[in-house]
Amino acid sequence: MSQRQVLQVFEQYQRARTQFVQTVAELAARPQNIETLQNAGVMSLLRPLLLDVVPTIQQTAALALGRLANYNDDLAEAVVKGDILPQLVYSLAEQNRFYKKAAAFVLRAVGKHSPQLAQAIVDCGALDTLVICLEDFDPGVKEAASWALGYIARHNSELSQAVVDAGAVPLLVLCILEPEIALKRIAASALSDISKHSPELAQTVVDAGAIAHLAQMILNPDAKLKRQVLSALSQIAKHSVDLAEMVVEAEIFPVVLTCLKDSDEYVKKNAATLIREIAKHTPELSQLIVNAGGIAAVIDCIGNCKGNVRLPGIMMLGYVAAHSENLAMAVIISKGVPQLSICLSEEQEDHIKAAAAWALGQIGRHTPEHARAVAVINVLPVLLSLYMETESSEDLQVKTKKALKNILQKCTYLPALEPLLHDAPPNILKYVIGQFSKVLPHDSKARRLFVTSGGLKKVQEIKAEPGSLLQEYINTINNCYPEEIVRYYSPGYSEALLERVENYQPVL
Amino acid sequence: MAAWVRLRAGLPTLLQECFHSNRLVGEYRKTEHAAAVKIQSWFRGCRVRAYIRYLNKMMIVIQKWWRGYRGRKHFRKMLKTAYFIMKMNFYNEMAVRIQKRWRGYYIRKYIHNYYTLKKYLEAVSLNNEIVRKELEEFAEMKEKEKEKKDLERKEKKKDHQARKMHYLLSTEQIPGVFNSPFRASPDSMELRLQKAKPLSHKHQQIKENLTQETSDFPSCTSSWTFPTVQPLPPIARQKPQGPFRDTAEVLLQRYKPLEPTLRVATSINSLEKAREEMKREEWRNRIHDNEFLPFSSCQKNQKYDPLINSSSKYGQITYGIKHFREEHHEKWVANKDFETVLPPIDLFDRHGKTYSRAGQIV
Repeated sequence: MSQRQVLQVFEQYQRARTQFVQTVAELAARPQNIETLQNAGVMSLLRPLLLDVVPTIQQTAALALGRLANYNDDLAEAVVKGDILPQLVYSLAEQNRFYKKAAAFVLRAVGKHSPQLAQAIVDCGALDTLVICLEDFDPGVKEAASWALGYIARHNSELSQAVVDAGAVPLLVLCILEPEIALKRIAASALSDISKHSPELAQTVVDAGAIAHLAQMILNPDAKLKRQVLSALSQIAKHSVDLAEMVVEAEIFPVVLTCLKDSDEYVKKNAATLIREIAKHTPELSQLIVNAGGIAAVIDCIGNCKGNVRLPGIMMLGYVAAHSENLAMAVIISKGVPQLSICLSEEQEDHIKAAAAWALGQIGRHTPEHARAVAVINVLPVLLSLYMETESSEDLQVKTKKALKNILQKCTYLPALEPLLHDAPPNILKYVIGQFSKVLPHDSKARRLFVTSGGLKKVQEIKAEPGSLLQEYINTINNCYPEEIVRYYSPGYSEALLERVENYQPVL
Repeated sequence: MAAWVRLRAGLPTLLQECFHSNRLVGEYRKTEHAAAVKIQSWFRGCRVRAYIRYLNKMMIVIQKWWRGYRGRKHFRKMLKTAYFIMKMNFYNEMAVRIQKRWRGYYIRKYIHNYYTLKKYLEAVSLNNEIVRKELEEFAEMKEKEKEKKDLERKEKKKDHQARKMHYLLSTEQIPGVFNSPFRASPDSMELRLQKAKPLSHKHQQIKENLTQETSDFPSCTSSWTFPTVQPLPPIARQKPQGPFRDTAEVLLQRYKPLEPTLRVATSINSLEKAREEMKREEWRNRIHDNEFLPFSSCQKNQKYDPLINSSSKYGQITYGIKHFREEHHEKWVANKDFETVLPPIDLFDRHGKTYSRAGQIV
C-alpha cells in the first residue's frame, strides 16, 4: 500500500465527519426535525465530535448542539446531563474565536430555559471563561459572551449575583462603548437583566458607570438598541429613590420624551416604563417629570398606541396623580382624564382597564375639584358597568370599586351622580346617597332639581336597614324636604290616599 | 383586887357576849363580802369609765386637729390643680387662636395659594403645549427622514432595475417597450434607461488556491462544502444520434469541480514549509526567550522581577474582584442634596415643611 492510499482513508473519514456535523447543524435549524434527531441519538454522537482534532468540526458540532439546546429545555437538560458543559468551558478559553462564539451560543441556549440549567452552567465555572471572552478582540465573541451572561443573569438574583461576582459588569459597560450596534444592544440587555433583581445589583451596575453611557445612547437611531437602553435604565431606576435620582441626573429628561414618539412600539413602551419607574418614587421626581412636560408626552403616547404599550403610560399617570393634589391637577389640565376614559372603554384586556380605573381613582380622590373633573366626562357609569359585569376579572372589579369609592366620596357634581342612583348596587349606592345627603341641605337649586329628576322618588324606593348608614343618609335627605313631598313620593302613597277616600264619611 | 373580882364576876357574860358576837359575824360575813365586792366593782368601774372617757376626749382632740390639717392641705392642693387647669385651658385656648391665625395665614400664603397654583398650572399647560409641539415636530422630522430614506432606496432599486434591463432601451430605429410610439411621451423608465449604465457580467468567483495552505494539514481547513446550489439542468435538446451518453451526464462530467487528490494538492516543498511554520509557532508560543538552563546555580545572580501590577505604588484595585460596591463613597459622592435638573418651583419647595420658633425652615 502506498502512503497515498493510507492518507486517503483519513481524508475520507474526515470528510464524512464534517459532512455529518454540517448536516446535523443544518437540520437542527428547523424545529420540525429536532424530534427525529433526538430520537436518533444525536446527542451522544455530537459529544465526541466536540473533542475532534479538526476545529471546523468542533465548531460545527457546538453550533448543532446549541441549536438543539435552543429548541426546548429537555434537550438543554440532555446537554447538561451529557457532561458536555465542562468540555465546552474548557475549550472556550483555549480555542479560536469561531469556536468561542459557538460555545457561548451553546451556553446561552442551555441557560435560557430555567434557573436550574443556568445554575448548572454556573457550577461548571463557565462564568469566568465567559468574562474572559468579554475581553476578546473580536466583537462577535464579546457579543456571544455577553448574550450568554445576560441569559444566565436573567433568572434570579443569585445567578445575577454570581455573574456580578465574576466581574462581568465593568466589562459589559466597556462593551456598551464599542462601536458595533449589535454588541451594544446585547450588553445593554445583559446590564438590564443583571440590574432588574435587587437594589444592590443595580447599584453595582451604577457603580460601574453604566448610567452615563446608557443615557448617551437614548438618541441612537437604532430602535432595538434604544429598546434595550431604555429597559436597562428603567430596571436600574425601579429599585430606589437614590437610583432613580441618579438616572435623572444623567439628564435623560427632555431627551427620553422623544422616544415616546418613536415609530417602534417597544421603544415607546420602554420609554413609558422608564418614566413610570422614575415617577413612582417621590413627589419631587414626579414634579420634575411634570415640569419637563412629561405628562403631555405620555398622554399623547397613550393616545397614539394600542394595547399593552399603553399600560406603563397609564400607570405612570396614576402614580403621578397619587402623589399630591397639585400633581393630580397637572394631570387633569394636561387632558389626561379623557385619554384614560378612552382607554377604559376602548381596551379589550382586563388588566389595562384595571390600570386605567386605578389611575382615574388616583386622580379623582383628592378634592371635589378633581372628582368633578373626572365625573364630568362621564367615567362613572363606565366604571360602574365594569364593576357590575360578570365577565370582568376579580382584580378589575376590586380596582373599579376602589376607584368608584375614591371618586364618589369627593364628588359633589350631582348631575354625574344622578344616573348612578338608578343602577348602582347597595354598596356603591351608599356613597352616592351620602354625597347627596351632604350637598342637598345647603343647596336649594339642587334640592329642586333632585325632585324633578326623580331622584327623590328613587331614594324613597330604596330599602335600607333601620339604623344603617344608608338609612341615616336617606333620613338626612328626607329632612331637607317638606313632609308632604316625601310622602307623595313614597311607594304605596296612592293606595293610602284611596283608602282614605273609602273610609271618608261624607258630611251632609 | 376589887377590879379583879369585878372582872372575874363578869367573865361568863363576857364569854357569852364574845360567842354571840362571833356568831353574828359568822352569820353576816357572806352578805357583807358580796356587798363589799359590789361596792368596789361599781367604784372601780366608775373610775375606769371616767378614764376611758378622758382618753376618748383626748383622742378626738388629736384627730380633730390632724384631720383638719390634712383636709386643709388637700384642699390647697386641689385648689392649685384647679387653678392650673384653668390657666392651662386658657393658654390652650389662646394658643389655638394664635395657631389658627398662623396656620390659616401660612396655608393661604404657601400651600393653597390659589393664584400661585393657578399660575403654576397655567405654566404647566403652556409647557405641555410647547412639549407637544416640539415632539410633533420631532416626529414629523423623523417621518420625513424615513420617507426620504425610503424614496432613496426605491430610487436605487429602480436604478438597479434599469441597469439590469438596459437592453430594453430603444434605438433610433426600433422603439423599446417603454417608448411606445402611440404615446405622446416616453415612459419615465425610458429616461432612466438612457441614463443607466448597463450592468456588467458578474465576476466569476475564483476559488482559492488550496495548495497554498499546507502547513496546517492536520486541521484540513480546506472546507468541504455542501453543494448548496445545484447546477441548472441542461436545456432540453434533442438527443444526438449515436452511441453518446446522456447530455446531462456529460455536462455534469464536464463542469465537475476540480478535486485534486491529496498528493496533487500538496506542494513539493510542503515539508519545509511545515517545519518553518512549526518553528514560528514555537517562537510565538514561547513566553520568554531565555533558554532553559539546567543548572540552578546560573540563576543565582539574577534578580527577581516583581509584577508591574503589584509593584507599582498605586497598587491593584480590587474592585470587581474582591469588592463590588464602592468602598469610599465619600470620595465620589458629595453630601450635597440631589439637585433637580430643572429649576424648582418655590411653592412646592416649601410644601409640607414646618416652621421652628425662629421662623426658619427646620
